[in-house]
Amino acid sequence: MAVASGKSFISRFGVHLAVLFFVVLWTIPTLGILVSSLRDKDQIIASGWWNSFSSSSQTEAGRLPDASAQAEKDGKFVIEGNLFEEGGPARQISAFGLRAAAPTQYEAGAVADLKDGVTLQINKDGSFVMASPKAFEGERGQRVYFAASAPPKFTTDNYRTVLFSEGIGRSFLNSLTVTIPATVIPILIAAFAAYALAWMRFPGRALLIAVIIGLLVVPLQMSLIPLLKLYNGVGVFFGVPVKTYLGIWLAHTGFGLPFAIYLLRSYIAGLPREIMESARIDGASDFEIFVKIVLPLSFPVLASFAIFQFLWVWNDLLVAMVFLGTEADQIVLTAKLNALLGSRGGDWEILTTSAFVTIIVPLIVFFSLQRYFVRGLLAGSVKGG
Amino acid sequence: MASQIFSAILVIIVGVGGCVAYFWGANKLLDLIFPARGVTGAAAVDNLRRQGLIRPWLFVGPALLILIIYLIYPVIETLRLSFMDRGGVNFVGLANYQWAFGDREFRNSILNNIVWLAVVPAACTFLGLIIAVLTDRIWWGTIAKSLIFLPLAISFVGASVIWKFIYEYRGEGQTQIGILNAIVTALGGSPQVWISIPFWNNFFLMVILIWIQTGFAMVILSSALRGIPEETLEAAVIDGANPFQIFWKIMVPQIWGTIAVVWTTITILVLKVFDIVLTMTNGQWNSQVLANLMFDWMFRGGGDFGRGATIAIIIMIAVIPIMIWNIRQANKETGGH
Repeated sequence: MAVASGKSFISRFGVHLAVLFFVVLWTIPTLGILVSSLRDKDQIIASGWWNSFSSSSQTEAGRLPDASAQAEKDGKFVIEGNLFEEGGPARQISAFGLRAAAPTQYEAGAVADLKDGVTLQINKDGSFVMASPKAFEGERGQRVYFAASAPPKFTTDNYRTVLFSEGIGRSFLNSLTVTIPATVIPILIAAFAAYALAWMRFPGRALLIAVIIGLLVVPLQMSLIPLLKLYNGVGVFFGVPVKTYLGIWLAHTGFGLPFAIYLLRSYIAGLPREIMESARIDGASDFEIFVKIVLPLSFPVLASFAIFQFLWVWNDLLVAMVFLGTEADQIVLTAKLNALLGSRGGDWEILTTSAFVTIIVPLIVFFSLQRYFVRGLLAGSVKGG
Repeated sequence: MASQIFSAILVIIVGVGGCVAYFWGANKLLDLIFPARGVTGAAAVDNLRRQGLIRPWLFVGPALLILIIYLIYPVIETLRLSFMDRGGVNFVGLANYQWAFGDREFRNSILNNIVWLAVVPAACTFLGLIIAVLTDRIWWGTIAKSLIFLPLAISFVGASVIWKFIYEYRGEGQTQIGILNAIVTALGGSPQVWISIPFWNNFFLMVILIWIQTGFAMVILSSALRGIPEETLEAAVIDGANPFQIFWKIMVPQIWGTIAVVWTTITILVLKVFDIVLTMTNGQWNSQVLANLMFDWMFRGGGDFGRGATIAIIIMIAVIPIMIWNIRQANKETGGH
């Protein structure tokens, strides 16, 4: 751009820096849950996700071997060993303790005095020596607590857990079940209506267009209560369940139609008049013109709408909460995530992973079809707005 | 589970097939009843005219039917219900509206909605505009835009979890795993339960919507900025305008119409905001908004349809000015067509 030319190095550098600032600010939140979803669940609560590549310190509890492991050495009874498993990841103990209330009472390497002349030394590498003038007794070993560093640990276990035991996998399927028909059905209905509103003359057309533009902004909230009553009525009258997939497909179709018709109409109205007229002179009917000329030419706008509707239905919570049940066979991802927020409030390994599962499909759609998405966005809001 | 997939596929086939069958069949039927081919003279002209009268309605018919059931009838019914009691049976006049304006929670919601309306559209538009201007000047602007645009694809619930993790609170002295509290403690402050601080928690919720919607504003405004003729900007540079003057006095006035569109679109979205409040606080700590309050009343104690409808009507009233403006704009544009 002309404005940028002839400016000093510093101000150009400033622009880069400013944009970088915004990009970092906008990306960090999503990055946070992505990284966390791949971390070991004990590490998530032990250190912030931004520290996930460095070792974290965790306080753990362990039990020393019981009396059967003792050996007699220089007139003392000794139990020796290592707190860490052999061949495990390299870990270091920074401190240890004997009571849960003071898990880091002694520095690593220090000698702790237990009662009756019993001493315990735990070293950095996890090795310990417990010594006593009398023979150890009892079947339970000494309880110890220690703070140990743990190397970064990444895992896909969280994904396995949420997909197969938390019900997210099933909800993923339910979301697909809701979304695909609710995206496909409105397209054809809207396309025919859009063609009629763009290229056919009939009384009431202008009024209809005005009504549709008006309906574009009518809040969903206006529809919910009457539709809930209507669905209940239909359910009682015909003796069918109230909350069904058919019900939500039709609801999403209804809520998506004004935007679909609006978007498609403004595109179809912009197609060149000559093509339509020459086809008509050749004897093509409106139906033929629509199917053979308008539909193929409208592909980009149909794709735009499909992406919009897909994202909107996939991300919707309100309509799903009103028109679908909360049982496993009907609950969609957004509703499930909302339920997990209540039931698994502090379990961030579950929440971050579930959240990432719910956003992965929109992100893929978004990145692969961004061009159509942006085009739809521009057509949908700028032209008639 | 398999049957569910099967029925979904079946519905797509039946639904699409049904639509095709309807449009094709209705069209054929019309041709059969009023044949235009194979008859001559006045009859053919007559039939063509009749076809022309009926066919548009065959095309818009299904859409119209669905719009009437799912939007037009409900709007009228909601208005009626707002004058009825909780079951929607007895007429209660303005009692629901009287209740609303006397209710502490409702007034709190209205107040919060006003704050949301004042902050979110302005913040999104302003940030979107700044980022659009900045990214237009650098070679990696497209990538930057993509990343800032990305949250738009994320659901409000997903975004709420993302931000809840940012606001996560641990007691003082513990390791903070929420980045905001980690920063605050690193700077020497004490950790806060951000979403439970009355009044200010609204802003922590608003940040989520701003994070999502700035990309939208940015994309639209960026394309409008590209529409400004190069000569206009060059002339301004030659006349010695500095970047700020160019921004405020040349760019902004040129894209004023687009700014208005972005602003109103986000305004409507703000009025409908529901998911964020439901998942973050569910209206606790004085963070209630109208859309969530309405949902609440739909089901609270078995559901109070009268009060729910009243709240919906209040939201609608706020939308009406924008609706009228939209229809006027569209009429101006399509007037000739």
